[in-house]
Amino acid sequence: MMAQLVFYVFAAVLLLSASMVISARNPVHAVLFLILGFFNAAGLFLVAGAEFLAMLLVIVYVGAVAVLFLFVVMMLDIDFSRLREGFQRYAPLGLCIGGVLLAELVMAFSNWRMAPAGVVAPLAVQPGLTNTAALGTVIYTHYVLLFQACGLVLLVAMIGAIVLTLRETATGRRQNIGRQHARTREETLELVNLPLGENVFEQGGFLRPKGSYYEIAVPGSYGAGEPEKTETEEKGA
Amino acid sequence: MAYFFYQTLVGQILLMLLETLAVLVPLLIGVAYLTLMERKVMAAMQRRRGPNVNGAFGLLQAFADAIKMIVKETVIPAGANRVLFLFAPFLTFSLAMAAWAVIPTGNGLAVANINVGILYLLAMSSLGVYGMLIAGWASNSRYAFLGGLRSAAQMVSYEVSIGLVIVSVLLAVGSLNLNDIVLAQRHIWFCVPMFPMFIVFFISALAETNRAPFDLPEGESELVAGFFVEYSSLAFGLFFLGEYANMILMSSMVSILFLGGWLPPLGIAPLTWIPGPLWLIFKILFCLFVFIWVRATFPRYRYDQLMRLGWKVFLPFSLLWMIGTAGFLMATGLLPHMGGVNS
Repeated sequence: MMAQLVFYVFAAVLLLSASMVISARNPVHAVLFLILGFFNAAGLFLVAGAEFLAMLLVIVYVGAVAVLFLFVVMMLDIDFSRLREGFQRYAPLGLCIGGVLLAELVMAFSNWRMAPAGVVAPLAVQPGLTNTAALGTVIYTHYVLLFQACGLVLLVAMIGAIVLTLRETATGRRQNIGRQHARTREETLELVNLPLGENVFEQGGFLRPKGSYYEIAVPGSYGAGEPEKTETEEKGA
Repeated sequence: MAYFFYQTLVGQILLMLLETLAVLVPLLIGVAYLTLMERKVMAAMQRRRGPNVNGAFGLLQAFADAIKMIVKETVIPAGANRVLFLFAPFLTFSLAMAAWAVIPTGNGLAVANINVGILYLLAMSSLGVYGMLIAGWASNSRYAFLGGLRSAAQMVSYEVSIGLVIVSVLLAVGSLNLNDIVLAQRHIWFCVPMFPMFIVFFISALAETNRAPFDLPEGESELVAGFFVEYSSLAFGLFFLGEYANMILMSSMVSILFLGGWLPPLGIAPLTWIPGPLWLIFKILFCLFVFIWVRATFPRYRYDQLMRLGWKVFLPFSLLWMIGTAGFLMATGLLPHMGGVNS
């Protein structure tokens, strides 16, 4: 009785928040409703006794994926009036895609039958295992190749994301920590002797860096390799 | 009496409430005295006296602060998203409290001794970022928003290495249950064979709780106070309580994963007379002291250095250590068999 009640509460909130995801006007609210949806899905897993999956759903989707969603959506500056402009133009395409999906769903559901209780073939694992251990025994033995294939797909996606975002830009100063640690005082500073009464600024100060930033800059970073500018600065110093 | 508490529905609910209170009341008192401990310890390190006016040795200082905070006016900035603005501190606080449900203070002595305890802790600590992110966004302020974004990036980055460190501990334990993790350290605490991971976990815990030297989300020199600039009164108080409760939680995670939880150090006579919960409290206090010590000692990291440390140093190192642990356990045949709960 209690379990059923909990199930219906979770399921109702899940459906409600899922519908709010697509109907909320503010995208940040939509993402927050998505997170609520994930939570209730985790709750449903708990009711079904799959506590490992429930925790994984919360850690992976709520704790990492949705955070990045929210991160991006918060930084978007969305103008709602402009968002509606293209509605008429894109409506036919949207309807086409929606229609295809609907047809597929209808086809899938018309052939789908709920298995009567007890017919669902349980996986052959030793009794008395916690469901984490049971999942591990199945994944790392019977389905190890599929599991590794999943890993490879994720690896490819990761490499793709890095390739897309990695750009060798000329701006921004990069820090080479090894190089910073390796330098000594003799390399970086020189003591300038100054006759009495001379202007400090014309002589370049007492203890000044040897050479300019442009000479010691990491190649490719901002300001590296600008000889003319260096020349003038040296003269001025 | 026993029948009422264990067999009837009302009794079970009442028992659950009592158990929850038994954890939360000491926790909140602990938070109050942690603030005092922080100020006293920092004062001692900087050769000052610290709070010493309210009560003997300033023992009532925390309560004076609390009363001051409560009677202040709650200010909600114009243009803020009211609902989310008030929801954020509530979320931070309740998550910090909820995580305590699974912490075992003795053999089997937890409100909920669940199979996936460590995953539950990881889930709750990874949810903590929402409080800051939502607070930063709902405040409608530049400083708060930047603080929120910083905290999101920082916490997601350091969770990865925390996860990998936990995996290498779990490889040696063979169970996700916190009770089993402590019992697996009967012979030797994990901080001895896994000392580098202990350090990595501790530093990641500092980053995860936004403590110095990783307190960039609230870096007062550049962001005023970060994500909670706009908060005042009780809403600020909830953030404050949540943050300190998270510090205690992280310290207890360090104690459970690496310092043997409630187990006495050597398992010999005079040390075993002290009850388990007290040992856990000693270990938590030790970790908290180091938290404060670090704060009094180190300057704040720059943000790119923080990211570099997380992704380029800790992540590869903990991944390598995890593979090494798995290989070592497999080669020596020490790999624990799939144990049941509390076996």
